[in-house]
Amino acid sequence: MGKEIILEAKNINKYFREPVLFHVLKDINFTIKNGEFVSIMGKSGCGKSTLLYILSTMDTDYEGELYLGGDKLTGKHHEELAKIRSKHIGFVFQFHYLLSEFTVLENVMLPAKKLGLKSLQEIEHDAMEKLKLLHIDEQAHKLASRISGGQKQRVAIARALINDPDIIMGDEPTGNLDSHNAQNVMEIFKNLVQERNLSLLIVTHDTDFATKTDRIIEMEDGYIIKK
Amino acid sequence: MTNWSIILSISKTHLLSRIKQTGVAALGVTFGIGTFIILVSFMTGLNGLLDGLILNRTPHVHIYNEIKPSVKQPIDYYEKVKDGFKIVRSVKPKFTQTKIHNALPLMKQLNDDPEVKGAIPQLKAQIFYVSGSIELGGNLVGIDVKEEVRLFNFGDYVVKGDPSALANYDNGILMGAGAAAKMSLDVGNTVQVSTVSGDVFPLKIVGIYQSGLSEIDDIQSYASLKTVQRILGESRNYITDINVKLYDIEKAVALAQRLEKQFDVTAVDINTANAQFETGTAIRNLITYAVSITLLIVAGFGIYNILNMLIYEKMNDIAILKATGFSGRDVKYIFMTQALLIGLVGGFFGILVGYGISVVIDNLPFETQALPTIKTYPVNYDISYYVIGVVFAMVSTFLAGYLPARKAEKIDPVEIIRGQ
Ligand SMILES: Nc1ncnc2c1ncn2[C@@H]1O[C@H](COP(=O)(O)OP(=O)(O)OP(=O)(O)O)[C@@H](O)[C@H]1O
Ligand SMILES: [Mg+2]
Repeated sequence: MGKEIILEAKNINKYFREPVLFHVLKDINFTIKNGEFVSIMGKSGCGKSTLLYILSTMDTDYEGELYLGGDKLTGKHHEELAKIRSKHIGFVFQFHYLLSEFTVLENVMLPAKKLGLKSLQEIEHDAMEKLKLLHIDEQAHKLASRISGGQKQRVAIARALINDPDIIMGDEPTGNLDSHNAQNVMEIFKNLVQERNLSLLIVTHDTDFATKTDRIIEMEDGYIIKK
Repeated sequence: MTNWSIILSISKTHLLSRIKQTGVAALGVTFGIGTFIILVSFMTGLNGLLDGLILNRTPHVHIYNEIKPSVKQPIDYYEKVKDGFKIVRSVKPKFTQTKIHNALPLMKQLNDDPEVKGAIPQLKAQIFYVSGSIELGGNLVGIDVKEEVRLFNFGDYVVKGDPSALANYDNGILMGAGAAAKMSLDVGNTVQVSTVSGDVFPLKIVGIYQSGLSEIDDIQSYASLKTVQRILGESRNYITDINVKLYDIEKAVALAQRLEKQFDVTAVDINTANAQFETGTAIRNLITYAVSITLLIVAGFGIYNILNMLIYEKMNDIAILKATGFSGRDVKYIFMTQALLIGLVGGFFGILVGYGISVVIDNLPFETQALPTIKTYPVNYDISYYVIGVVFAMVSTFLAGYLPARKAEKIDPVEIIRGQ
C-alpha cells in the first residue's frame, strides 16, 4: 500500500513561445509514492512553479504524460480535470490566494461545497477542524481580506486540506511564515503524511525545511539534476 | 454536475460586495423596463381612448340612400341603339326618397346575422328651432335610444339629464349643447321645433347632448324614432339610415360590399370612412415600441459594461475558483447568474416604477371639451406589457451577461496566478 505510485511524470517538456521560444522544462521524469513527502528545490527561475502548474492539471499545454493514481490525465477535457483537481489535489500557491470578499471559513468550505460529497454541517465542521489544525480558527468569521499574510497562507493550506486530497502541492507554502509557524506547518505536513498516507510535493527555498522531507528533487535550468 | 446553491451564493456575494455598481446596473434595467411600461401603457391607453372616440360611436357599416344620378340612363334600356355611341347631357339626380326602401326587412335580416351585434335605425330630419321670432336651422335625429346606448355608447355624450327619458317620454328631446346654449334653454324647458313643411311641435328637453364637435353640437338634437316619424307625418317604416355594429370590425368591408350588391342602398364601412385614423394608430404603436426597445438595449449595454468590468476585477477570484476545482462552466454560470439577478431585481423594480407612475398618470386631471367623459389621462393596465417587459429584461441581461461570462469561462488560471 505504502509503495503505490500516486503521481507519475513521464518525459514532460514545456515550451514558452512568447516572447521567444523558451524550453522551460526538459525531460522531466519522476514518481511520487503514496505517503511520500517530497520537496523540490532549485534556483529562482529554474521552472519549479511551471512544473507544479502542470502537475496540478491547471496547465495542459505541455508534452509528455502525466498519471494520477495510475489514471492518465494528459489529454483529458478541462471540465474533467477540474473535477479531478477538486477531489484528489490540494494546491497551495506561492502567493496566498483567497477570495477576499468571503470569510476565512467560507474560503475553506468552498472546494468542499463544490465537490458536494458532504452535508453543509459536515463541511463547516471539517473546515473548522482544519482551521484549528493551523491555529487560525479564531479568525474564521473574518473577511479574508482582513487577515495578515501569514494567516492567509495558513488559511490557504487549510483550504487545500478540506477535501482530503491524495496529494497536496505547495509552491513555497511557508514562504511568508515566521519560523514558529513554518515549524508548525512542517509538523502538520508530517502528521498528514503519517496519519492519512497523504503525499506531499512542496517547492521550497528553505534548506532546513527540505532536509526534513523524505526526498529532495533538485532542479536546474529546467532539468531535474538530482532525485 | 452543477451545484446551483454554491453558484448562487458566490454570485450573491460578488453582487453585494459591489452594491453600488450592481445598483447602477439594476437601475439601468429598472429605468428601461419602467419607461417601457409607462410609455406602452400610456400610448395604448391613448390609442384606446381615440379608438373609443371614433370606433365606438362610428357604425361599422352605415347604410343610407344617397342622392345620385342613375348609373343606367333610360337610353341604355333602348335596344335599338345598344351598340351606338350615346351621349346624355345635363344628367340630374334621380328623384328618390331619402328613406331606405324596405328598411324593416333589411334590418331584420341584419339582426338575424350572427356576425352582427346590432343594426339600428335612424331618421334624420331637417328642422328649425323656433325661439320667439328667431328660427335656427338644425337636425333632429330619431333614434332607438336604448340600442344607441348599448351599441354606440350614446350615454357617454349625454352630459345632462338621462338618455332613457327619451324612450319613456313621448315628446322628449336631447338638445345639442351648442344649440341649447344659443337659445338659453336647459333641461326641463320646452323648445319649439318646426319642420320644413311648417308644422310646429313643442318638445320637452330631457337632456343635453355634447359630442365635443361644436359643428354638430350647435345644430343636432335627438328624439325618439317614433317622435320624429310623427313630426314628419311619416309611417313606422320611414327610416333614412341604418347603423350596423359587428362583433368583428374586420368583416365590415365585406358586409358593406354585399349589402350594396344585394340591396339598392349605399353602404359605407368604417375602414373606408376612417382610413387615416388606422394609420395614426399604427405609427403611434411603432414609435412606442421603437423607443422602448432602444431603452432596453441601452440598459443591456450598461449591464454588459458592468459585468465586463467586474470580470476584470475578479480575475484573481476566477483563477482561485478554477484552481480549487471549479470548472470553466461553473465560472460562466456564476457570472451569468449575476447578470440574471441584476435583470430580475431591476425588472422587478421596473415593474413597480412603471406601475406606480402609470397610476400617477392615470390620476392626473385631463379635461377637455372634446371628450366630456374623460377626466384623467388614459392608461392601459394590460398585464401583457408587464410580462413583455420582464421577458425582455431577462433576455437582454442574459445576452449582456453571456459574452463577459464566456470570457470568464475561458480565462487561464495559470496565466493569472503567474502574473502576480
Ligand atoms: N508566461 C511566461 N512566458 C514566458 N516565460 C515565462 C513565463 N512564465 C515564466 N516564464 C519563465 O519560465 C522560467 C521558470 O519560471 P517559474 O515561475 O517556473 O520559476 P520558479 O522556479 O518558480 O522561480 P521562483 O523560485 O522565483 O518562483 C523563468 O525563467 C521565467 O522567466
Ligand atoms: Mg515559483
